[in-house]
Amino acid sequence: MAATTSAPTVSLQPKDYGSSQEIRWCPGCGNYSILTQLKKVCSNLGKDPDKLVFVSGIGCSSRLPYYMGTYGVHSIHGRAPALATGLRLARPDLEIWVITGDGDGLSIGGNHLLHAFRRNLNIKIIMFNNRIYGLTKGQVSPTSEMNKKTISTPYGSIGAMINPCSVAIGCEATFVARTVDMIPAHLQKTLERAAAHRGVAFVEVYQNCNIFNDGAFKYSTDREIREDHVVELEHGKALIFGKDQTKGLRIGRNYCPEVVTLGENGMSIYDLLIHDERASSPALAFLLSRLRHPDYPEPIGVFRAVKSPIYNDLIEEQIRRLTQERGAPDMQKLMYGPETWEVN
Amino acid sequence: MQLVGTQFTDATAIVGNDLVTLPDYPAEIRAPAGSLAGVSGFQINFASTEVYTPGDTVQTLVAMNPAALKVNLADLDHGGHLILNIDAFTPTALKHAGYEADPTDDQELQGYHVHKVPMTKLTIEAVKDAGLKPKEAERCKNFFALGLAFWLYDRPLDATLKWLDQKFGARPQIRQANELALRAGFNYGNTTEMFQVHYRVRPARVPPGTYRKIRGNDATSLGLMAAAWQAGQKLFYASYPITPASDILHELVKHKNFGVKVFQAEDEIAAMCAAIGAAYGGAFAATGTSGPGMALKGEAIGLAVMLELPMVIVNVQRGGPSTGLPTKTEQADLFQAVLGRNGECPLPVLAASSPGDCFATAFEAFQIAVRYMTPVVVLTDGYVANGSEPWRVPRIEDLPRIAVNHEFPPETFQPYARDENLARPWALPGTPGLAHRIGGLEKEHITGKVSYDPANHDFMVRLRDAKVAKVADMIPEQTLIGDESGDLLVVSWGGTYGTIRSAVERVRDKGGSVSHCHLRHMHPMPRNLGKILKSFRKILVPELNLGQLCLLLRGRYLVDAIGFNKVQGKPFAVAEVAARIDQILNGGD
Repeated sequence: MAATTSAPTVSLQPKDYGSSQEIRWCPGCGNYSILTQLKKVCSNLGKDPDKLVFVSGIGCSSRLPYYMGTYGVHSIHGRAPALATGLRLARPDLEIWVITGDGDGLSIGGNHLLHAFRRNLNIKIIMFNNRIYGLTKGQVSPTSEMNKKTISTPYGSIGAMINPCSVAIGCEATFVARTVDMIPAHLQKTLERAAAHRGVAFVEVYQNCNIFNDGAFKYSTDREIREDHVVELEHGKALIFGKDQTKGLRIGRNYCPEVVTLGENGMSIYDLLIHDERASSPALAFLLSRLRHPDYPEPIGVFRAVKSPIYNDLIEEQIRRLTQERGAPDMQKLMYGPETWEVN
Repeated sequence: MQLVGTQFTDATAIVGNDLVTLPDYPAEIRAPAGSLAGVSGFQINFASTEVYTPGDTVQTLVAMNPAALKVNLADLDHGGHLILNIDAFTPTALKHAGYEADPTDDQELQGYHVHKVPMTKLTIEAVKDAGLKPKEAERCKNFFALGLAFWLYDRPLDATLKWLDQKFGARPQIRQANELALRAGFNYGNTTEMFQVHYRVRPARVPPGTYRKIRGNDATSLGLMAAAWQAGQKLFYASYPITPASDILHELVKHKNFGVKVFQAEDEIAAMCAAIGAAYGGAFAATGTSGPGMALKGEAIGLAVMLELPMVIVNVQRGGPSTGLPTKTEQADLFQAVLGRNGECPLPVLAASSPGDCFATAFEAFQIAVRYMTPVVVLTDGYVANGSEPWRVPRIEDLPRIAVNHEFPPETFQPYARDENLARPWALPGTPGLAHRIGGLEKEHITGKVSYDPANHDFMVRLRDAKVAKVADMIPEQTLIGDESGDLLVVSWGGTYGTIRSAVERVRDKGGSVSHCHLRHMHPMPRNLGKILKSFRKILVPELNLGQLCLLLRGRYLVDAIGFNKVQGKPFAVAEVAARIDQILNGGD
């Protein structure tokens, strides 16, 4: 089986991973940045384009496979993880990336995402979260905030928002990360981490839809303010943030996270929460995923990266074991079944 | 009851009789015992000649309680044997079954050979050495009844004893008790003088070969596997549990040493999409379901049509609409299979005519799917899927090979180029130099690029249609039973084959001018079908729906076909079809 952590096998430039198809995203769309970083990651990791398959559903994000010079399937709304599951089981040798959006992945396709997570299939799932339906022109999405006014919620959204990383961690996905379209270095680093993970790797990308939901993640992209509103997760490091790196997160009473200022009330770095992405319990990762703007800084980076048995490895293992136990298959014998009789 | 029915069937197959079975059971796993809705029955028709149906009526009825008697007595021939477990005819049970008075004391049973057997008491007595608890001991009474039936029809006990060894090897008490009950039943028949008759049914005269008993769902499973085997490929089967298709899932998952990959998906849609993904990856992919699942798969089947990937979709039809009658049979998903998707979305549809025929149908479905690069729907139904018959096992070397090609020169490769069958190349991801993108959006002819061009869309819609129509070149011409022209042609499809054939033969034996045309290829239809239809004065289409094939025939061939329709969740009876044929031949409409 081709391990995703293998050394570079080919030497190609990022542009070599693109296709000749004209890109039809709106000018200024955050998707361009994701596409660029994705191609860079493929180049950096020396991915063989013929071994890569991008599988998507429906929506703006899901057009991405057309823009990659690899194999790709633009499937139907919400079903990319299901199609990828069949492909993964049939073909252990390929590297499969699912591209989805907040509506595609968490609304119409929520069920498939849930099961891809719990099965720990060896696939990457990148969710472009812009908190709006773009391709259908601006309806409310499951990740839209409460009270949001959209063309389908003119008096304000009345459905609570769902948090993609919380869902993934709740399903005990073995790799869960969040990154931002407009922080290219972080985006690239995060995608590389996902590429290296064996098992299901979920990356939520805050993605700006400049047409229907412009500035939805401004707090996390605006250089002036983002350091006060975003905390970058690093394994083994204290959760420190803020322009001057003077703020931190600690666990207060009843396990409630608190924002504290270092140096005030005797707070030091030793009082702060230390990130542990390798904890086998998803509890800490889940708690971090619940931190929401504006009450807390929102974590970006890797919430969780653990090892766990992989569904597609296990199916191969069962086949191997049963073939060993039973010997070479005999189709004729199987067709005869337990009991036959002869008619002359 | 299903269990002892299966044991009787196995023994009957082994003595070489031809047979057809009709298991009939409630949708509830533990339906209230003794209630009318909870009656589980198993009907078998066996003979020394060929049989095609489980029989309209029965000559022997074993009723284990009053509810079973009430539900099934109407099917028993006058003069037939009625074997009753008289211990179960308690006042409470009688009331539960809706009897005001004990029917066994009544005039109602006059005209039958009634055998009142205290099966519960005799069973408990017979198994007492096994040391079971009273409840467990009582449960062995079905094996007592089986033993009695074995004696009555002179069946050997060996196969059942062997089965008990396998099934209860780890629970010797249960094994012993069931054997004791079985032998007690057999000996009861032998030693009491209650039965003045004892039947010996000689082996049927059927074509020479190696035979086994097979159930439809098992034959479907083997057909799918054999197709992959003959292509040197691996089978991938994705499915979501649904009655009456789940047994295909249960069967295929046993054969991991054949490299069969079975995936129990999170839902019907996922099963369909996983099959598409696996087919894209080069597997022989299949999915199986029943009507409600088929409805859920619809959009993804459309994707499979658009992607032009080969796979087989099995629909084991049941009573609908909605949840309908999950455990009962019906043929009402023909429109759904042929027409039930958005857009112009053609695909080949085949229908199996009997349990054994499921093998050949599933096998042929893969032949078509791979040659024409298309999803293919196989329709079976609850009756065919759960029923059993003796099956002449094909020799693997006699089955055709299925050619698969994944190699294309990168210099000239185009994902939507066409071969002589209008099939596009099955280029697999991972192949150097063939990287391409496919999807549900309309494709440009040859290049496969996304295209919104009006003329291209029109062209592609017609191309996909023409490709599926071309399948008619591959399939055999339609055959007939009977004369090639005449007063009446009876056209049937799917699981009604045996009944309709028997009915037509019955009328032909009396000199009626009637022929029988049974379709396997529902779409496209055989190329000579139009000619056949026009060779008869009248056309009758009996179906277990409200006239779906009838409407297709009328639409396609402009023939004045008449429907004969029944939607009771059970098969036609030979007599009712024969009567309808007679009626039409006698000038009725």
